[in-house]
Amino acid sequence: MVDRAFDIRRLPGAATLAITCFVILYVPMIILVANSFNTGRVIGEWEGLSLRWYAAALQNEAFLNAAATSLILATMAAAVATVTATMAALATTRSRGFKGEGAIHLILNQPIMVPEIVLAIALLIILAQVKQITGYTGLGYLIIAHSAFCIPFAYMPIRARLEGMDLTLETAAADLYASRFYAFRKVTLPILAPGILAGFMLAFVISLDDVVISDFLKSPGQDTLPTYLLGELKRNLTSEIYAISSLLLLISVLIVAGSWLVTRKKI
Amino acid sequence: MLAKDHAMRSDTRRRWGLALPAVIIITLFSILPLVVVIAYSFLTPGDFGGVKWMLSFDGWFSVLFERDIFDDTVSLSSAHMTILGRSVALSLATTLITLILGVPTAWFIATRPAGQRAFWLFLITIPFWTNLLVRTIAVQEMIRADGVFNRILLGLGVIDAPIQIMFTNFAVLMGMAYVFLPLMVLPVYSAIEKFDFRLAEAGYDLYASRFYCLRKVILPMVRPGIIAGSILVFVPALGAYVTPRIMGGGKSMMLGNLIEMQFGQGRNWPLGAALALTLTALVLVALIWYTRLTAGGPRRG
Repeated sequence: MVDRAFDIRRLPGAATLAITCFVILYVPMIILVANSFNTGRVIGEWEGLSLRWYAAALQNEAFLNAAATSLILATMAAAVATVTATMAALATTRSRGFKGEGAIHLILNQPIMVPEIVLAIALLIILAQVKQITGYTGLGYLIIAHSAFCIPFAYMPIRARLEGMDLTLETAAADLYASRFYAFRKVTLPILAPGILAGFMLAFVISLDDVVISDFLKSPGQDTLPTYLLGELKRNLTSEIYAISSLLLLISVLIVAGSWLVTRKKI
Repeated sequence: MLAKDHAMRSDTRRRWGLALPAVIIITLFSILPLVVVIAYSFLTPGDFGGVKWMLSFDGWFSVLFERDIFDDTVSLSSAHMTILGRSVALSLATTLITLILGVPTAWFIATRPAGQRAFWLFLITIPFWTNLLVRTIAVQEMIRADGVFNRILLGLGVIDAPIQIMFTNFAVLMGMAYVFLPLMVLPVYSAIEKFDFRLAEAGYDLYASRFYCLRKVILPMVRPGIIAGSILVFVPALGAYVTPRIMGGGKSMMLGNLIEMQFGQGRNWPLGAALALTLTALVLVALIWYTRLTAGGPRRG
């Protein structure tokens, strides 16, 4: 009788494999961060603790430019993606079906159905021509290209939030003679805000994470942090790479922690 | 009746108006470029990259075949077949490894007490959101010739010379399994989390064996999560570019790298376009298979 009273939740071996999984996930990242504090130039030869490579990175103009480009690009692309995705989400939710709803839905999800490398070469082909014809080689191409593949990611949480929203609130506002715009601003938008914030963060990270599309589309001097890192990896392997990687890792941790706090507070 | 019709039409117009900016951006910067890729796959390669506007099926022909320069005999292109086969095989192997490690991990997290669950989930979410390139660099550091593994093995005296793991299929597999692992854990976790464990306990109380419980009660519940996780790993693995480039180099290329090569030193844009469309088709097949599978699920159950 005693051995029947077991907990079904405890599958033999699951805990061991799970711990193995966490070790596998974290050991390489911890070693990477540890390497970034190494004094020595040669990777792997431990010569002592220092912030030397962080200092080197912060004095490296190419790195600072790449960081600025990444920040501007991710912010702008996420902003464009979030605004347009919010509008699209308002269009596609809370309807009893309208003409072309399926088409809009398909278009909005199209970028996630195509491999990144395919989108990259497709954009390369078309934008090489456009750059030649217009003569404009600014960051605008990257911003709109990033917005395009960020829209599906911004769209998802915003749409989910809207679908879970109580329609009667807006009706109540309308009954109290609020104009459509006033009701939207004072009722819909505040309820929607966590979804919009989540969508923006998602889009920001997706843009910041992109290597392939940026690498194919960038004009000279438009390196982002990931494309700069990729280039450095080819050129020379110094511990500065680890310092830059660790900084990117830190950004991810901050964003995850931040969104964790935001979603917790709202519940 | 007429007024209702009118109201409906104006509602449709308003909704299209709201969706329009997003629709235009995606159409111009994602759909239109793909249409151009289709067109380019039927053109003649230019001398220094680019294309000549002459219809040609050579791009598509070269995806799978090659013509002997001397006697014009047509045979399967061994280089392309190898890369295609490797891409599919490594993506399947990556899915399998992430299943073996990811499912127990998801199970482990879902069965923690509610208070601890958030912490373990947090640990999975961090690598999930960390830059793919950074994580690839982290794996590379482990298995490089003078990386962590080789140093430890040399230090212990197990080996005399560093083992060369980099630039092999195995290195690409390790890299991809590492970077895509969180993509498996999260959907499987959310499937298990929804599961009411009292069902399994009820089965067990009715003297079902532990294995029988697992197969008949738990597996059907977890199945959607496993399918979603597999597709989430398999699809990006098939189109992977960064990880195979760093871990495999020129020796263990995948489809993504072969495509890129045609636009770089290969200077064969039509072939690159045809290869890119082949990859897209493979991904779409996987996605359609997935929607079929999930749409058919509830009816069967």
